[in-house]
Amino acid sequence: MSGPASLLPLRVQRLAFEAGGTRLLDDVSFTLQAGRRTVLLGPNGAGKSLLLRLCHGLLTPTSGEVRWSLEGRRSARRQAMVFQHPVMLRRSAVGNISHALAAHGVARADRLPRAYAALAQAGLSDVARRPARLLSGGEQQRLALARAWATQPEVLFLDEPTSSLDPAATRAVETLIDGFHAADTKIVMATHDLAQARRIADDILFLHKGRLLESGDAENFFAQPTTEEGRAFVAGELLW
Amino acid sequence: METFVTAFSEAGALLVSFDRDFLSIVGLSLRVSLSAVALACLIGFPLGAFVALARFPGRGFVILLLNTFMGLPPVVVGLIVFLVLSRAGPLGVLGLLFTPAAMIIAQTILVTPIVAALTRQIVADLWVEYGEHLRSLDAGPVTTLTTLIMDARYSLTTVVLAGFGRAIAEVGAVMIVGGNIDHATRVMTTAIALETSQGNLSTALGLGIVLLLLALTVNAAVQIINTSAGKRAALA
Repeated sequence: MSGPASLLPLRVQRLAFEAGGTRLLDDVSFTLQAGRRTVLLGPNGAGKSLLLRLCHGLLTPTSGEVRWSLEGRRSARRQAMVFQHPVMLRRSAVGNISHALAAHGVARADRLPRAYAALAQAGLSDVARRPARLLSGGEQQRLALARAWATQPEVLFLDEPTSSLDPAATRAVETLIDGFHAADTKIVMATHDLAQARRIADDILFLHKGRLLESGDAENFFAQPTTEEGRAFVAGELLW
Repeated sequence: METFVTAFSEAGALLVSFDRDFLSIVGLSLRVSLSAVALACLIGFPLGAFVALARFPGRGFVILLLNTFMGLPPVVVGLIVFLVLSRAGPLGVLGLLFTPAAMIIAQTILVTPIVAALTRQIVADLWVEYGEHLRSLDAGPVTTLTTLIMDARYSLTTVVLAGFGRAIAEVGAVMIVGGNIDHATRVMTTAIALETSQGNLSTALGLGIVLLLLALTVNAAVQIINTSAGKRAALA
Protein backbone atom coordinates (compact mmCIF):
# COMPACT_ATOMS: atom_id res chain seq x y z
CA MET A 1 0.00 0.00 0.00
CA SER A 2 2.92 2.34 0.51
CA GLY A 3 4.94 4.06 -2.13
CA PRO A 4 8.70 3.89 -2.51
CA ALA A 5 9.50 5.18 0.95
CA SER A 6 7.72 4.56 4.22
CA LEU A 7 6.16 6.95 6.71
CA LEU A 8 7.35 4.73 9.49
CA PRO A 9 8.97 4.61 11.88
CA LEU A 10 7.28 7.50 13.66
CA ARG A 11 9.43 9.09 16.32
CA VAL A 12 7.70 11.03 19.07
CA GLN A 13 10.03 12.89 21.39
CA ARG A 14 9.35 14.68 24.67
CA LEU A 15 5.86 15.55 23.47
CA ALA A 16 3.79 17.90 25.65
CA PHE A 17 0.46 19.56 25.17
CA GLU A 18 -1.15 22.27 27.25
CA ALA A 19 -4.60 23.79 27.05
CA GLY A 20 -5.82 26.64 29.22
CA GLY A 21 -2.72 26.43 31.39
CA THR A 22 -3.26 22.74 32.18
CA ARG A 23 -0.65 20.26 31.07
CA LEU A 24 -2.69 17.46 29.51
CA LEU A 25 0.18 15.49 28.06
CA ASP A 26 3.71 15.57 29.40
CA ASP A 27 7.08 14.24 28.29
CA VAL A 28 5.80 11.48 26.02
CA SER A 29 8.42 9.70 23.90
CA PHE A 30 8.10 6.54 21.84
CA THR A 31 8.75 5.10 18.41
CA LEU A 32 6.17 3.36 16.23
CA GLN A 33 7.37 0.68 13.85
CA ALA A 34 5.55 -0.74 10.86
CA GLY A 35 3.80 -4.08 11.00
CA ARG A 36 2.69 -4.17 14.62
CA ARG A 37 -0.71 -3.08 15.95
CA THR A 38 -0.21 -0.45 18.60
CA VAL A 39 -2.91 0.16 21.18
CA LEU A 40 -3.00 3.28 23.34
CA LEU A 41 -4.46 2.03 26.56
CA GLY A 42 -5.57 3.96 29.60
CA PRO A 43 -8.57 5.23 31.50
CA ASN A 44 -10.70 8.14 30.35
CA GLY A 45 -8.83 11.40 30.47
CA ALA A 46 -5.42 9.76 30.17
CA GLY A 47 -4.66 11.74 27.01
CA LYS A 48 -5.15 8.97 24.44
CA SER A 49 -7.28 10.97 21.99
CA LEU A 50 -4.99 13.93 22.41
CA LEU A 51 -1.93 11.83 21.59
CA LEU A 52 -3.60 10.39 18.47
CA ARG A 53 -4.49 13.88 17.26
CA LEU A 54 -0.99 15.16 17.90
CA CYS A 55 0.51 12.25 15.95
CA HIS A 56 -1.97 12.74 13.10
CA GLY A 57 -1.27 16.48 12.98
CA LEU A 58 -4.73 17.68 13.99
CA LEU A 59 -3.19 19.40 17.00
CA THR A 60 0.11 21.21 17.37
CA PRO A 61 2.21 20.19 20.37
CA THR A 62 3.16 22.76 22.99
CA SER A 63 6.64 21.29 22.96
CA GLY A 64 8.43 18.21 21.72
CA GLU A 65 8.11 16.74 18.26
CA VAL A 66 6.30 14.24 16.11
CA ARG A 67 8.60 13.14 13.34
CA TRP A 68 7.48 10.93 10.51
CA SER A 69 10.04 9.39 8.22
CA LEU A 70 8.37 11.31 5.37
CA GLU A 71 7.41 14.93 5.73
CA GLY A 72 4.79 17.23 4.28
CA ARG A 73 1.74 16.47 2.20
CA ARG A 74 2.97 13.02 1.20
CA SER A 75 2.92 12.15 4.87
CA ALA A 76 -0.52 13.62 5.63
CA ARG A 77 -2.24 11.87 2.75
CA ARG A 78 -0.91 8.48 3.73
CA GLN A 79 -2.58 8.63 7.10
CA ALA A 80 -6.24 8.28 7.96
CA MET A 81 -8.21 8.66 11.15
CA VAL A 82 -11.47 7.15 12.34
CA PHE A 83 -13.14 9.02 15.17
CA GLN A 84 -15.19 7.87 18.13
CA HIS A 85 -18.24 9.52 16.60
CA PRO A 86 -17.89 9.07 12.84
CA VAL A 87 -18.19 12.28 10.83
CA MET A 88 -20.80 11.52 8.19
CA LEU A 89 -21.15 14.01 5.36
CA ARG A 90 -24.70 14.83 4.25
CA ARG A 91 -24.40 12.53 1.27
CA SER A 92 -24.96 8.91 0.40
CA ALA A 93 -22.66 6.22 1.77
CA VAL A 94 -20.85 5.91 -1.55
CA GLY A 95 -20.82 9.73 -1.82
CA ASN A 96 -18.95 9.93 1.47
CA ILE A 97 -16.21 7.71 0.11
CA SER A 98 -15.92 9.33 -3.31
CA HIS A 99 -15.69 12.70 -1.55
CA ALA A 100 -12.66 11.49 0.40
CA LEU A 101 -11.11 10.16 -2.82
CA ALA A 102 -11.75 13.46 -4.58
CA ALA A 103 -10.12 15.31 -1.69
CA HIS A 104 -7.08 13.09 -2.20
CA GLY A 105 -6.96 13.97 -5.88
CA VAL A 106 -8.09 10.58 -7.22
CA ALA A 107 -9.21 10.87 -10.84
CA ARG A 108 -12.99 11.12 -11.30
CA ALA A 109 -13.25 7.89 -13.27
CA ASP A 110 -11.50 5.89 -10.55
CA ARG A 111 -13.55 7.17 -7.62
CA LEU A 112 -16.74 5.15 -7.93
CA PRO A 113 -15.08 1.78 -8.59
CA ARG A 114 -12.79 2.30 -5.61
CA ALA A 115 -15.68 3.52 -3.45
CA TYR A 116 -17.80 0.49 -4.26
CA ALA A 117 -14.86 -1.83 -3.65
CA ALA A 118 -14.39 -0.26 -0.21
CA LEU A 119 -18.10 -0.58 0.56
CA ALA A 120 -17.99 -4.24 -0.41
CA GLN A 121 -15.00 -4.75 1.86
CA ALA A 122 -17.03 -3.31 4.75
CA GLY A 123 -20.16 -5.27 3.85
CA LEU A 124 -22.05 -2.10 3.01
CA SER A 125 -22.80 -2.66 -0.68
CA ASP A 126 -26.53 -2.86 0.05
CA VAL A 127 -26.68 0.59 1.58
CA ALA A 128 -24.40 2.33 -0.93
CA ARG A 129 -27.06 4.79 -2.07
CA ARG A 130 -28.57 5.39 1.37
CA PRO A 131 -27.93 8.73 3.08
CA ALA A 132 -24.98 8.13 5.38
CA ARG A 133 -26.65 9.89 8.28
CA LEU A 134 -29.58 7.49 8.22
CA LEU A 135 -27.33 4.45 8.73
CA SER A 136 -27.13 2.78 12.13
CA GLY A 137 -24.26 3.61 14.46
CA GLY A 138 -22.43 0.41 13.57
CA GLU A 139 -22.93 0.95 9.85
CA GLN A 140 -21.69 4.53 10.16
CA GLN A 141 -18.50 3.40 11.86
CA ARG A 142 -17.98 0.71 9.21
CA LEU A 143 -18.53 3.37 6.57
CA ALA A 144 -15.91 5.54 8.24
CA LEU A 145 -13.54 2.57 8.05
CA ALA A 146 -14.48 1.91 4.42
CA ARG A 147 -13.81 5.57 3.67
CA ALA A 148 -10.39 5.25 5.25
CA TRP A 149 -9.81 1.96 3.39
CA ALA A 150 -10.52 3.58 0.04
CA THR A 151 -7.71 6.10 0.54
CA GLN A 152 -5.25 3.23 1.16
CA PRO A 153 -3.51 4.69 4.19
CA GLU A 154 -0.17 3.49 5.40
CA VAL A 155 -1.13 4.41 8.96
CA LEU A 156 -4.63 4.28 10.41
CA PHE A 157 -5.49 6.05 13.66
CA LEU A 158 -8.59 4.89 15.50
CA ASP A 159 -9.98 6.82 18.45
CA GLU A 160 -12.18 4.53 20.55
CA PRO A 161 -13.99 3.41 17.39
CA THR A 162 -16.29 0.95 19.15
CA SER A 163 -17.02 2.71 22.42
CA SER A 164 -20.64 3.45 21.50
CA LEU A 165 -21.34 0.22 19.60
CA ASP A 166 -23.01 -3.02 20.63
CA PRO A 167 -20.99 -6.29 20.69
CA ALA A 168 -21.99 -7.40 17.18
CA ALA A 169 -21.09 -4.04 15.64
CA THR A 170 -17.88 -4.01 17.67
CA ARG A 171 -16.94 -7.42 16.26
CA ALA A 172 -17.64 -6.17 12.71
CA VAL A 173 -15.40 -3.14 13.27
CA GLU A 174 -12.63 -5.27 14.74
CA THR A 175 -12.82 -7.60 11.72
CA LEU A 176 -12.32 -4.60 9.46
CA ILE A 177 -9.37 -3.50 11.56
CA ASP A 178 -7.90 -6.97 11.05
CA GLY A 179 -8.37 -6.39 7.31
CA PHE A 180 -6.30 -3.23 7.45
CA HIS A 181 -3.61 -5.03 9.42
CA ALA A 182 -3.55 -7.84 6.86
CA ALA A 183 -3.11 -5.22 4.12
CA ASP A 184 -0.02 -3.89 5.93
CA THR A 185 -1.65 -0.74 7.27
CA LYS A 186 -0.14 0.29 10.58
CA ILE A 187 -2.89 0.31 13.23
CA VAL A 188 -2.72 2.87 16.04
CA MET A 189 -5.80 2.61 18.19
CA ALA A 190 -6.90 4.24 21.42
CA THR A 191 -9.16 2.31 23.76
CA HIS A 192 -9.99 2.08 27.43
CA ASP A 193 -11.42 -1.41 26.88
CA LEU A 194 -9.03 -3.93 28.34
CA ALA A 195 -10.58 -6.92 26.57
CA GLN A 196 -10.40 -5.16 23.23
CA ALA A 197 -6.77 -4.24 23.83
CA ARG A 198 -5.99 -7.89 24.55
CA ARG A 199 -7.68 -8.91 21.29
CA ILE A 200 -5.95 -6.38 19.07
CA ALA A 201 -2.66 -5.19 20.51
CA ASP A 202 0.78 -6.33 19.48
CA ASP A 203 2.27 -3.37 21.33
CA ILE A 204 0.87 -1.32 24.17
CA LEU A 205 1.36 2.30 25.05
CA PHE A 206 -0.10 2.69 28.53
CA LEU A 207 -1.08 6.25 29.36
CA HIS A 208 -2.17 7.62 32.68
CA LYS A 209 -2.85 11.25 33.56
CA GLY A 210 -1.05 12.55 30.51
CA ARG A 211 2.09 10.48 31.01
CA LEU A 212 3.32 7.44 29.17
CA LEU A 213 3.91 4.93 31.94
CA GLU A 214 4.61 1.76 29.99
CA SER A 215 5.34 0.84 26.42
CA GLY A 216 6.30 -2.34 24.68
CA ASP A 217 5.12 -5.82 23.85
CA ALA A 218 1.46 -6.40 24.72
CA GLU A 219 1.89 -9.89 26.12
CA ASN A 220 4.56 -8.72 28.50
CA PHE A 221 2.43 -5.78 29.57
CA PHE A 222 -0.60 -7.89 30.34
CA ALA A 223 1.46 -10.58 32.06
CA GLN A 224 3.74 -8.32 34.05
CA PRO A 225 2.95 -4.64 34.17
CA THR A 226 5.93 -2.82 35.56
CA THR A 227 4.14 0.09 37.18
CA GLU A 228 1.62 0.18 40.00
CA GLU A 229 -0.91 1.99 37.75
CA GLY A 230 -0.43 -0.57 34.99
CA ARG A 231 -0.95 -3.41 37.40
CA ALA A 232 -4.13 -1.82 38.77
CA PHE A 233 -5.49 -1.19 35.29
CA VAL A 234 -4.82 -4.73 34.08
CA ALA A 235 -6.43 -6.05 37.26
CA GLY A 236 -9.52 -4.09 36.34
CA GLU A 237 -9.33 -1.81 39.34
CA LEU A 238 -10.61 1.70 38.86
CA LEU A 239 -7.94 4.16 38.12
CA TRP A 240 -8.16 7.93 38.26
CA MET B 1 -63.02 48.99 5.47
CA GLU B 2 -64.40 49.68 2.04
CA THR B 3 -60.89 50.20 0.75
CA PHE B 4 -59.98 46.65 1.78
CA VAL B 5 -62.98 45.13 0.08
CA THR B 6 -62.27 47.07 -3.10
CA ALA B 7 -58.62 46.15 -2.77
CA PHE B 8 -59.33 42.45 -2.74
CA SER B 9 -61.58 42.71 -5.76
CA GLU B 10 -58.91 44.83 -7.50
CA ALA B 11 -56.30 42.22 -6.68
CA GLY B 12 -58.55 39.48 -7.97
CA ALA B 13 -59.25 41.47 -11.12
CA LEU B 14 -55.52 42.11 -11.66
CA LEU B 15 -54.74 38.43 -11.26
CA VAL B 16 -57.36 37.17 -13.69
CA SER B 17 -57.09 40.00 -16.21
CA PHE B 18 -53.56 39.09 -17.34
CA ASP B 19 -53.25 42.77 -18.04
CA ARG B 20 -50.16 43.29 -20.12
CA ASP B 21 -48.86 46.25 -18.12
CA PHE B 22 -49.45 44.44 -14.86
CA LEU B 23 -47.70 41.31 -16.06
CA SER B 24 -44.69 43.28 -17.26
CA ILE B 25 -44.42 44.87 -13.80
CA VAL B 26 -44.57 41.48 -12.10
CA GLY B 27 -42.10 40.06 -14.60
CA LEU B 28 -39.62 42.87 -14.06
CA SER B 29 -39.93 42.58 -10.27
CA LEU B 30 -39.08 38.90 -10.46
CA ARG B 31 -36.32 39.38 -13.00
CA VAL B 32 -34.59 42.11 -11.01
CA SER B 33 -34.90 40.47 -7.59
CA LEU B 34 -34.05 36.93 -8.72
CA SER B 35 -31.01 38.19 -10.66
CA ALA B 36 -29.87 40.18 -7.65
CA VAL B 37 -30.30 37.19 -5.33
CA ALA B 38 -28.42 34.93 -7.76
CA LEU B 39 -25.53 37.39 -7.95
CA ALA B 40 -25.58 37.91 -4.19
CA CYS B 41 -25.33 34.14 -3.65
CA LEU B 42 -22.50 33.88 -6.14
CA ILE B 43 -20.57 36.40 -4.05
CA GLY B 44 -22.03 35.78 -0.60
CA PHE B 45 -21.71 31.99 -0.30
CA PRO B 46 -17.95 31.85 -0.90
CA LEU B 47 -17.38 35.12 0.98
CA GLY B 48 -19.32 33.95 4.02
CA ALA B 49 -17.62 30.55 3.98
CA PHE B 50 -14.22 32.19 3.62
CA VAL B 51 -14.79 34.49 6.59
CA ALA B 52 -16.03 31.51 8.60
CA LEU B 53 -12.89 29.46 7.95
CA ALA B 54 -10.01 31.83 7.34
CA ARG B 55 -8.07 33.45 10.16
CA PHE B 56 -6.71 36.83 9.20
CA PRO B 57 -6.13 40.17 10.92
CA GLY B 58 -9.28 42.27 10.98
CA ARG B 59 -11.56 39.25 10.69
CA GLY B 60 -13.67 40.37 13.63
CA PHE B 61 -14.14 43.74 11.98
CA VAL B 62 -15.22 42.10 8.71
CA ILE B 63 -17.82 40.02 10.59
CA LEU B 64 -19.04 43.19 12.33
CA LEU B 65 -19.33 44.94 8.96
CA LEU B 66 -21.20 42.03 7.38
CA ASN B 67 -23.65 41.85 10.26
CA THR B 68 -24.16 45.60 10.19
CA PHE B 69 -24.64 45.68 6.42
CA MET B 70 -27.49 43.21 6.77
CA GLY B 71 -29.45 46.29 7.79
CA LEU B 72 -28.24 48.63 5.06
CA PRO B 73 -30.94 51.23 4.38
CA PRO B 74 -32.11 50.70 0.78
CA VAL B 75 -32.39 54.44 0.08
CA VAL B 76 -28.77 54.97 1.09
CA VAL B 77 -27.61 52.12 -1.17
CA GLY B 78 -29.81 53.55 -3.91
CA LEU B 79 -28.27 56.95 -3.47
CA ILE B 80 -24.71 55.65 -3.59
CA VAL B 81 -25.38 53.51 -6.67
CA PHE B 82 -27.11 56.52 -8.20
CA LEU B 83 -24.02 58.68 -7.61
CA VAL B 84 -21.70 56.03 -9.03
CA LEU B 85 -23.82 55.39 -12.13
CA SER B 86 -24.93 58.97 -12.82
CA ARG B 87 -23.42 60.64 -15.86
CA ALA B 88 -20.84 62.50 -13.77
CA GLY B 89 -20.06 59.46 -11.64
CA PRO B 90 -17.14 57.04 -12.02
CA LEU B 91 -19.20 54.45 -13.93
CA GLY B 92 -21.41 56.98 -15.71
CA VAL B 93 -20.05 56.03 -19.12
CA LEU B 94 -21.80 52.68 -18.86
CA GLY B 95 -25.14 54.45 -19.15
CA LEU B 96 -26.78 52.09 -16.68
CA LEU B 97 -28.76 54.56 -14.61
CA PHE B 98 -32.54 54.14 -14.88
CA THR B 99 -32.19 50.64 -16.36
CA PRO B 100 -33.03 47.26 -14.80
CA ALA B 101 -29.27 46.59 -14.64
CA ALA B 102 -28.86 49.45 -12.17
CA MET B 103 -31.70 48.05 -10.09
CA ILE B 104 -30.05 44.63 -10.06
CA ILE B 105 -26.76 46.18 -8.95
CA ALA B 106 -28.43 48.06 -6.10
CA GLN B 107 -30.34 45.03 -4.86
CA THR B 108 -27.25 42.84 -5.14
CA ILE B 109 -25.48 45.24 -2.79
CA LEU B 110 -28.41 45.03 -0.39
CA VAL B 111 -28.68 41.24 -0.43
CA THR B 112 -25.00 40.19 -0.50
CA PRO B 113 -24.30 41.06 3.18
CA ILE B 114 -27.37 39.09 4.26
CA VAL B 115 -26.26 36.04 2.30
CA ALA B 116 -22.64 36.36 3.44
CA ALA B 117 -23.40 36.95 7.12
CA LEU B 118 -25.89 34.07 7.42
CA THR B 119 -23.65 31.77 5.35
CA ARG B 120 -20.76 32.54 7.67
CA GLN B 121 -22.77 31.41 10.69
CA ILE B 122 -24.04 28.24 9.02
CA VAL B 123 -20.64 27.25 7.67
CA ALA B 124 -18.96 27.98 11.00
CA ASP B 125 -21.43 25.65 12.74
CA LEU B 126 -20.87 22.91 10.16
CA TRP B 127 -17.10 23.31 10.49
CA VAL B 128 -17.38 22.35 14.15
CA GLU B 129 -18.76 19.02 12.98
CA TYR B 130 -16.71 18.47 9.81
CA GLY B 131 -13.43 20.17 10.73
CA GLU B 132 -11.43 17.24 12.04
CA HIS B 133 -12.51 14.93 9.24
CA LEU B 134 -11.66 17.44 6.51
CA ARG B 135 -8.31 18.21 8.12
CA SER B 136 -7.65 14.51 8.54
CA LEU B 137 -8.28 14.12 4.80
CA ASP B 138 -5.78 16.92 4.23
CA ALA B 139 -8.45 18.63 2.10
CA GLY B 140 -7.26 21.83 0.43
CA PRO B 141 -9.02 25.17 0.92
CA VAL B 142 -11.15 24.84 -2.23
CA THR B 143 -12.32 21.32 -1.36
CA THR B 144 -13.05 22.41 2.20
CA LEU B 145 -15.06 25.42 1.06
CA THR B 146 -17.09 23.56 -1.54
CA THR B 147 -17.72 20.62 0.80
CA LEU B 148 -19.12 22.88 3.50
CA ILE B 149 -21.28 24.93 1.11
CA MET B 150 -22.51 21.78 -0.60
CA ASP B 151 -23.40 20.04 2.66
CA ALA B 152 -25.03 23.16 4.09
CA ARG B 153 -27.20 23.48 0.99
CA TYR B 154 -30.51 22.90 2.76
CA SER B 155 -29.79 25.50 5.43
CA LEU B 156 -28.58 27.84 2.73
CA THR B 157 -31.94 27.77 0.95
CA THR B 158 -33.31 29.64 3.95
CA VAL B 159 -30.58 32.20 3.39
CA VAL B 160 -31.60 32.52 -0.26
CA LEU B 161 -35.20 33.08 0.82
CA ALA B 162 -34.17 35.74 3.32
CA GLY B 163 -32.27 37.48 0.54
CA PHE B 164 -35.16 37.17 -1.87
CA GLY B 165 -37.55 38.58 0.72
CA ARG B 166 -35.30 41.56 1.19
CA ALA B 167 -34.97 42.17 -2.55
CA ILE B 168 -38.57 41.73 -3.65
CA ALA B 169 -39.88 43.91 -0.81
CA GLU B 170 -37.56 46.89 -0.97
CA VAL B 171 -38.62 50.06 -2.71
CA GLY B 172 -36.05 52.72 -1.82
CA ALA B 173 -33.12 51.52 -3.90
CA VAL B 174 -34.99 50.53 -7.07
CA MET B 175 -36.95 53.77 -6.94
CA ILE B 176 -33.80 55.91 -6.91
CA VAL B 177 -31.69 54.02 -9.45
CA GLY B 178 -34.56 52.79 -11.61
CA GLY B 179 -36.73 55.87 -11.57
CA ASN B 180 -40.05 53.99 -11.75
CA ILE B 181 -40.32 54.54 -15.50
CA ASP B 182 -43.45 52.99 -16.97
CA HIS B 183 -42.69 49.98 -19.21
CA ALA B 184 -39.01 50.26 -18.38
CA THR B 185 -38.13 50.18 -14.70
CA ARG B 186 -41.45 50.00 -12.89
CA VAL B 187 -41.64 47.15 -10.42
CA MET B 188 -44.34 46.16 -7.96
CA THR B 189 -43.07 48.11 -4.98
CA THR B 190 -42.50 51.32 -6.95
CA ALA B 191 -45.91 50.90 -8.59
CA ILE B 192 -47.50 50.57 -5.16
CA ALA B 193 -45.72 53.71 -3.98
CA LEU B 194 -46.89 55.58 -7.05
CA GLU B 195 -50.52 54.46 -6.81
CA THR B 196 -50.56 55.34 -3.13
CA SER B 197 -49.21 58.83 -3.76
CA GLN B 198 -51.84 59.32 -6.45
CA GLY B 199 -54.56 58.31 -4.04
CA ASN B 200 -55.46 55.04 -5.83
CA LEU B 201 -55.40 53.21 -2.54
CA SER B 202 -57.34 50.16 -3.60
CA THR B 203 -55.15 49.63 -6.67
CA ALA B 204 -52.08 50.02 -4.46
CA LEU B 205 -53.44 47.54 -1.96
CA GLY B 206 -54.40 45.16 -4.75
CA LEU B 207 -50.82 45.26 -6.03
CA GLY B 208 -49.64 44.69 -2.47
CA ILE B 209 -51.77 41.58 -2.16
CA VAL B 210 -50.39 40.27 -5.44
CA LEU B 211 -46.86 40.94 -4.19
CA LEU B 212 -47.56 38.94 -1.05
CA LEU B 213 -48.99 36.08 -3.10
CA LEU B 214 -45.87 36.14 -5.24
CA ALA B 215 -43.61 35.87 -2.20
CA LEU B 216 -45.83 33.11 -0.85
CA THR B 217 -45.54 31.17 -4.10
CA VAL B 218 -41.76 31.40 -4.21
CA ASN B 219 -41.43 30.34 -0.58
CA ALA B 220 -43.87 27.48 -1.00
CA ALA B 221 -42.00 26.22 -4.05
CA VAL B 222 -38.70 26.22 -2.17
CA GLN B 223 -40.27 24.52 0.82
CA ILE B 224 -41.73 21.75 -1.31
CA ILE B 225 -38.43 21.16 -3.08
CA ASN B 226 -36.62 21.21 0.26
CA THR B 227 -38.86 18.76 2.07
CA SER B 228 -38.75 16.13 -0.64
CA ALA B 229 -35.05 16.53 -1.38
CA GLY B 230 -34.26 16.95 2.29
CA LYS B 231 -35.79 13.64 3.21
CA ARG B 232 -33.72 11.88 0.61
CA ALA B 233 -30.47 13.43 1.75
CA ALA B 234 -31.20 13.35 5.48
CA LEU B 235 -29.95 16.76 6.34
CA ALA B 236 -30.66 16.24 10.03
